[in-house]
Amino acid sequence: MHELKMKYQGKKMAPAFNAFHTFLFAPNETTHAGGTHVKSADDLKRTMNTVIMALVPVLLFSMFNAGYQHFSAINGFPENFSLTEHFLTWDNFWIGIIKVLPLLAVSYGVGLLVEFIFAVIKGHEVEEGYLVTGILVPLIVPIDTPLWMLAVAVVFGVVIGKEVFGGTGMNILNPALTIRAFLFFAYPTWMSGDKVWVHEARERADQIAEGATGVDAISGETILGYLAQNNEAAMSAKYSVADMFYGFIPGSVGETPTLLILLGGLFLIFTKIASWRIMVSAVIGSLVMGLIFNQVVALEWVTESSGFYGLMSFDYWKHLIVGGLAFGIVYMATDPVTGAQTNRGKWIYGFLIGFISVMIRVFNPAYPEGVFLAILLMNVFAPTIDHYVIRGNVKRRLKRLSNATILPKDSDSKAQELQAETV
Amino acid sequence: MSKDIRIKKGLNINLVGEAEKTTSKAVLSNVYAIKLEDFHGITPKMLVKQGAEVKAGEALFYNKNVEDMLFVSPVSGELIEIERGARRRILTLKILADKEQQTLEHSKLDVEAANSQEIKKYLLNGGCWPFIKQRPYDVVADPDTNPKSIFISGYVTAPLAADLDYVLQGKEAELQAAISTLGKLTVGKVHVSVGKSSNSPLAGLNGIELHKFSGPHPAGLVGTQINKIDPINKGELVWTVTPQDLVIIGEYLLTGKFNAERTIALVGSSVKAPKYYKTKIGTEVSTFLYGSGVHSENIRVINGDVLTGSKSSPDGYLGYYNNTVTAIPEGDDYEFFGWNKPIFNKISNTRALTFSWMMPKKKFDLTTNTNGEHRAFVLTGQYEQVFPLDIYPMQLLKACMVKDLDEMEQLGLYEVAPEDFSLTEFICVSKQPHQQIIREGLDLLQQEIG
Repeated sequence: MHELKMKYQGKKMAPAFNAFHTFLFAPNETTHAGGTHVKSADDLKRTMNTVIMALVPVLLFSMFNAGYQHFSAINGFPENFSLTEHFLTWDNFWIGIIKVLPLLAVSYGVGLLVEFIFAVIKGHEVEEGYLVTGILVPLIVPIDTPLWMLAVAVVFGVVIGKEVFGGTGMNILNPALTIRAFLFFAYPTWMSGDKVWVHEARERADQIAEGATGVDAISGETILGYLAQNNEAAMSAKYSVADMFYGFIPGSVGETPTLLILLGGLFLIFTKIASWRIMVSAVIGSLVMGLIFNQVVALEWVTESSGFYGLMSFDYWKHLIVGGLAFGIVYMATDPVTGAQTNRGKWIYGFLIGFISVMIRVFNPAYPEGVFLAILLMNVFAPTIDHYVIRGNVKRRLKRLSNATILPKDSDSKAQELQAETV
Repeated sequence: MSKDIRIKKGLNINLVGEAEKTTSKAVLSNVYAIKLEDFHGITPKMLVKQGAEVKAGEALFYNKNVEDMLFVSPVSGELIEIERGARRRILTLKILADKEQQTLEHSKLDVEAANSQEIKKYLLNGGCWPFIKQRPYDVVADPDTNPKSIFISGYVTAPLAADLDYVLQGKEAELQAAISTLGKLTVGKVHVSVGKSSNSPLAGLNGIELHKFSGPHPAGLVGTQINKIDPINKGELVWTVTPQDLVIIGEYLLTGKFNAERTIALVGSSVKAPKYYKTKIGTEVSTFLYGSGVHSENIRVINGDVLTGSKSSPDGYLGYYNNTVTAIPEGDDYEFFGWNKPIFNKISNTRALTFSWMMPKKKFDLTTNTNGEHRAFVLTGQYEQVFPLDIYPMQLLKACMVKDLDEMEQLGLYEVAPEDFSLTEFICVSKQPHQQIIREGLDLLQQEIG
């Protein structure tokens, strides 16, 4: 392998070979003269790998949940639910294997292909950014998303979202969310409604529409979907708060298991990879917005006849355990490249993400989920937030300047003396 | 009266190979060398020709821009080689030492009676001026200028660096002479900082403003101390001198002789018996390196500490400003799945399957491996954890990279030296060369604004 790397050194395909090589081995590079002679153990690959480790439990859960939601929609939810009997079954996992794994494979395959092509064209190393994006993408799309659609979206997201700006570290928008947004706006019928969140729901609906008999329609409305239709009664009959927290509810592939997301978030905070400031402030932001809406309802400014009533009256803290809010806060908002970069900026950035997410949720009747839009919006504003935070530092420095002790040079005073003498 | 200042942000890099507190006399070197790379931004003009005989303390060359600024020979002997690089730029001057050393003697200066002009002239003549550095720009001070204050750090936090409390023992007279004299060159104060629980001879001196620092590296860097005590503003100037250079200045003031002798620490995991050596500026590294013995041939010899030192070799020479020489293993080896397996034997600022946070007292044996490849800046908020200055490190680095002079000024480039970014460079996940970026930024700023 080392020889292969040497053989292709300096050739056009070198980045491609280097990428395979660097996947297997930490490089033999030594520090340059003039810099530090030793370096810490972390590199970008280790960092990305840590995020992936935090995502693996969510991925595994989502594979079981794919089957669980599918069979429950057909047969009804089991009474006396037991984790091992009804959830962690081979049948459930099989649905995950045939539905979730292909999404993952397409996401990585297409995304890394684009990365390799750009690396070869531009002659730089393959960057690690897509390692995380690649696992995020299948977790934030509906389960029945056609693979070709995902492939198109990934190409768009990686090229427009990242490579045109210069690759990992230079992009303005989170590539995974760019992919999600592209899917949402290009194929809205596949991305919203009550027929996309559970495997086969749409297929069956189509068959029935064509006049097939003997097929039961199955529906998998999300919690937010129920609430947007002011149908809280139906929702709470079907799902308990515990279901929402553990994630046994329909939704995008990996967004549901709040518990595992919480653990993943704690892991990322513990390892110092993701910013706890963003996570905490985003949670605060969403709670504040939720409380405001609850208060609006309590003051009877909106009544049950209002289209917003269902979501506005939803207990403020429950926003965190339904939909993609938790997932977005832990894995998407904390993207260091597209988020705010200053510590103070992170507080503002996170708060606004939580705040706006819940706001869009309530006010968007067509699609009651606002997390990805809120994060993309704040991605755009993150540099502005940082700008004003940094101006604060600059202002402090300028203020100090008024007390500066600037002393003349000796030659200056000599020049003054000479002048004085001649006069 | 002293003020206690505690630095919270930072990271101590504990390495194997701390010097034992015994001092040996190094073997006398045959050849001594002055390396021009030690004097950043100085264009030399030779005063003596190749083959000429010089005394110790006799000028070899002067600074083209400040003709009074002389650079002197550490020993007496014959100038045997002027090594030149591209475009005939002088790289190294080599002097074959005489058996009988002769030192050029200057008449003593009556410091009490002298004014600042006379003091400056005396230091310039004696070759002691290059020990005085200035900020902004981290270059040898311009003798035409007057600093608002002078900073001296006697607190050492850099990995394995020589313990100043130890090497300065018994040098009180020299230190006092140097500080009293330098004090006359500034209208402001002479700020001296020592460790909180140290018995540094610096603490007992007169005419100083004493500060006691504690906390992890970079609390001992003079840049950190300036930022906490009296930060530099645009247009202001401060001078910095290291204590071991004060000793040479002090001895020159007391005796009229330039004595290049200094106690250095030979450290690092590749050294069999790390300890202190008494030797001279410009000496061959081999004169003490092999006295202590090395574990392997494949080592990196560093003039200075592992974070800020310059690369040397076993047949290299001791730098003009260094009092530490470090030898560590080269890490030019591949590591299978090095990027994802748990790491116990390297230092890390994160806990991403790296476990140095569990062992804060453990001493590590680090190699020169980069542990990863160069990438664009990706992570944020990491540098701030180890960067105590009131400056946004990443934003300043980026301003330097895009050569945005306004931003560089506003974000505080005047206040920093490359060494202040050594710790951020160490922990950088993207393996960016921070010190080099800052150096280039400072050079550009100096060139454009002056």
